[in-house]
Amino acid sequence: MSATRPRYAEEAPFKIHGGCGLAGICDESGKVMSGEQIILAMAVQRDRGNGLGGGFAGYGIYPEFPDHFAFHLMYHDEHAREQTEALLAEHCVVDLAEPMPTRPVKGVCDAPLLWRYFLKPLPGEIERLELSEEDMVVRLVMTINATVDGAFVASSGKNMGVFKGVGFPEEIGHFYRLEEYEGHTWTGHNRFPTNTPGWWGGAHPFALLDWTIVHNGEISAYGINSRYLEQFGYKCTLGTDTEVAAYLFDLMLRRHGLPLELACTALAAPLWSDIDRMPPEKRELMRSLRAVYGPAMLNGPFAIILGFNGGMVALNDRIKLRPLVAARAGSIVIVASEEAAIRAVAPNPDAVWMPKAGEPTVARVQGMPWPIHGDLHLTPQQVSCAVLGTEDVCDEAVEVTA
Amino acid sequence: MAIQVIEGYREVAPAKRAEGEAVVFDANGVYYRQLNDAIRDAVASGVRHVIVENANGQRYIGAGLRVPDLRIEVRGTAGNDLAAFMDGPAVEVFGNAQDGVGNTMASGKVVVHGDAGDVLGYGMRGGRVFVRGDVGYRVGIHMKAYENLVPIVVCGGKARDFFGEYMAGGMLVLLGMNTQFPNDPVAGSFLGTGMHGGVIYVRGEVEPWQCGKEVGIAPADDEDYKALRPVLEDYCGSLGVDLDEVLAVPFTRIAPMSHRPYGKMYAYL
Repeated sequence: MSATRPRYAEEAPFKIHGGCGLAGICDESGKVMSGEQIILAMAVQRDRGNGLGGGFAGYGIYPEFPDHFAFHLMYHDEHAREQTEALLAEHCVVDLAEPMPTRPVKGVCDAPLLWRYFLKPLPGEIERLELSEEDMVVRLVMTINATVDGAFVASSGKNMGVFKGVGFPEEIGHFYRLEEYEGHTWTGHNRFPTNTPGWWGGAHPFALLDWTIVHNGEISAYGINSRYLEQFGYKCTLGTDTEVAAYLFDLMLRRHGLPLELACTALAAPLWSDIDRMPPEKRELMRSLRAVYGPAMLNGPFAIILGFNGGMVALNDRIKLRPLVAARAGSIVIVASEEAAIRAVAPNPDAVWMPKAGEPTVARVQGMPWPIHGDLHLTPQQVSCAVLGTEDVCDEAVEVTA
Repeated sequence: MAIQVIEGYREVAPAKRAEGEAVVFDANGVYYRQLNDAIRDAVASGVRHVIVENANGQRYIGAGLRVPDLRIEVRGTAGNDLAAFMDGPAVEVFGNAQDGVGNTMASGKVVVHGDAGDVLGYGMRGGRVFVRGDVGYRVGIHMKAYENLVPIVVCGGKARDFFGEYMAGGMLVLLGMNTQFPNDPVAGSFLGTGMHGGVIYVRGEVEPWQCGKEVGIAPADDEDYKALRPVLEDYCGSLGVDLDEVLAVPFTRIAPMSHRPYGKMYAYL
């Protein structure tokens, strides 16, 4: 019986605390730090997970390939690799393909084949497909995840990468040799799977382009969210609710050009009773937002950290059903599930506070282009334009099919 | 190349030394289980003053201890469920406390000199919790009282939503004084939602929209101040806060209008 029992169904003979843990560190000055800091922040939150998922995202880690899309791939077998590499070669110039550098670590076993690729679209390819570079990459990621049996894209952004698997986060961090990378922004996750299996592709962060999401909680609106995303060509294939958050941010921030504050508000929408008390203009804006982006609302408890080239954003659900603490130490912003994780990295921060539910905590790296529409005080008319795609504020929703 | 393996906590006994009558444990990098075992062993051998230094996130400090004359001093950040199920001891934290302080606590006293997190005083049934700074969401949720067991929580800063949610007994006090959020209201929304026992006192005023449907809002009267004053004296003495300054602003009393607000909701009468 034990031989056939799925690994993820194993239960520990001791008490499991549970709850998932997350952390994010961003040096707003752009100074890089090794992956050891984020490993430490996750290691003190070890009890928040159960060894069935750990992972990290690092930004600014591939300075030698700043303009290439870095694809991190997980393969079940060589056949999946051959199929995937054929797909990549069809659309892209792969300038470097190599097995992911790892080391054996006690506690990490049954790793899939892990490869990474630094690639650019074939000359003329985006013109031929009439897509932006990013939309072509999104389409490629969706095609690989949905059609190649046993292949999953862990990350697909420029100058960043996701390192994840089944194990405790500090084990996964050592496995991927994160101390050898240097980045200005790091996020980490410790998983306690509740509704879906603990498998390598299902560990956090979830990524698309350079957006990454680590998440503590559960998204009860997954069905609505995933059906909504399908209309825009996103395919939810990883069997875990968090996936939708990464795609929703890509949709709202990159394709629809929504300001960050509004995108966060769409995910953690204010209660109708709160909206009724707002000043008329803001009330109108919130009503429009909830009407237009109703299917994007993440119902259920969550604390998430969105990472991207240029910074990170931490966000809670609107009634704060999951823990989140933030701190600033000089130019470094740290967010985590527990204050202990912050103090493990910065023992005496300048300020430690608990962010308000539904209000984003933002860290922004100086000098980096802000990929997000910056104006936080748009009028309802301007937002309607952004939402409806008039006045060229946003791209037309592109039909993306595999 | 050998690498330094990064660990959060090591499963080793904490370093121990004496400081007068007190026993000092160095919690730096020590897993909570070994730390709490060491505290329990010391208490069993007759120690009545324990100091935990370099605490950072260790859970369950003081949890389940039933020794009335025991004093535990925590220097650093106390982890989740500080003083959970505690029955008697006094715990003082020089730093912040994470979530779940005083969870289902039965008696004793917890003093936090910094801020504290969410669900403080969850299901608390006796004893006192005093916090100097801000507290998070769902503080005092499901607090209850029985005869002479009356839990009391006083928060010196501001509180977020669901303060006193489903409260069934005891006293919750919110001062709004030592806060990192000067521009926010003293309490969030859903104040006293589902409340059917006990009383909440807020220094200053609250808006009706902030409160649950089950509560009435009124200025504190003489009877209220008679109950409040000794509690505030204890609070101010414990944390070095000026009592006159605390009492310089009138308090608002929030209490349930019915002790059985949903008595008819599910019953066919």
